[in-house]
Amino acid sequence: MIYLNSFIFCGLVCLIAQLILDNTKLTPGHMTTIFVVIGAFLDVFGIYDKIILWAGGGAMVPITSFGHLLIHGAMATTVDVGIMGLMSGMFNLTASGITAAIVFSFFLSLIFKPKD
Amino acid sequence: MEKNKYKNLVAKHTPKENILCNGLVAFVVGGLMGVLGQGLIDIYSYFFNISTSDAAMLMIVTLVFLGCFLTCLGFFDKLVHFTRCGLILPITGFAHAMMSAALEYRKEGFITGIGANMFKLAGSVIIFGVVSAYVFGLLRLIIIGG
Repeated sequence: MIYLNSFIFCGLVCLIAQLILDNTKLTPGHMTTIFVVIGAFLDVFGIYDKIILWAGGGAMVPITSFGHLLIHGAMATTVDVGIMGLMSGMFNLTASGITAAIVFSFFLSLIFKPKD
Repeated sequence: MEKNKYKNLVAKHTPKENILCNGLVAFVVGGLMGVLGQGLIDIYSYFFNISTSDAAMLMIVTLVFLGCFLTCLGFFDKLVHFTRCGLILPITGFAHAMMSAALEYRKEGFITGIGANMFKLAGSVIIFGVVSAYVFGLLRLIIIGG
């Protein structure tokens, strides 16, 4: 059942993005940025946590989960150390994704030549 | 009059995109990416005996690697041409943005090429993500109190 939920949620996010992309002059870069902000906004009242409970991995895959993880790590640290946790805990949960992207793209760019 | 004529001419020759078909393809491909993510989480947590959040982190790393690798092989741009947003919105699109910037500026050297330009496309995601998370975090601290 959770597979169906993740199919529906992740597909819906991509569908909305595709509809905006087709009907306006925005670029894919705009799309990813807008959806990160939406993901961060949905976590203000804990809505995205409920979506993750419902859709599982389908809610972790889209870029909205990036914004969610940013604010989630920041809020988790704020509980311990006060308002400075907003800054020190910001990258706690997203660090693995960003580090992986940096490391993989650095080493792979040494090996591969750009196509066309 | 001339302006209108020109506008009509341009409108006639711009390629028409089938919005319904694009949306359907994006929905199916995006949904399959979500199913793949959930499947990877289940596989990792079953075989490595780790918690769901750790498995989710591993899943994100795997998808980032897939995005980088497919970009290197030159498949990703062709795939995006067919699947549209279905591959841009998942985390693979973020990896693709960084990888293609790194590949493109590789010839300008390590520091001034890769180092200076790697975040050229993906930087907006991180910058706006952090700024909005900071603002919304402050809001949440004020409204709910943590």
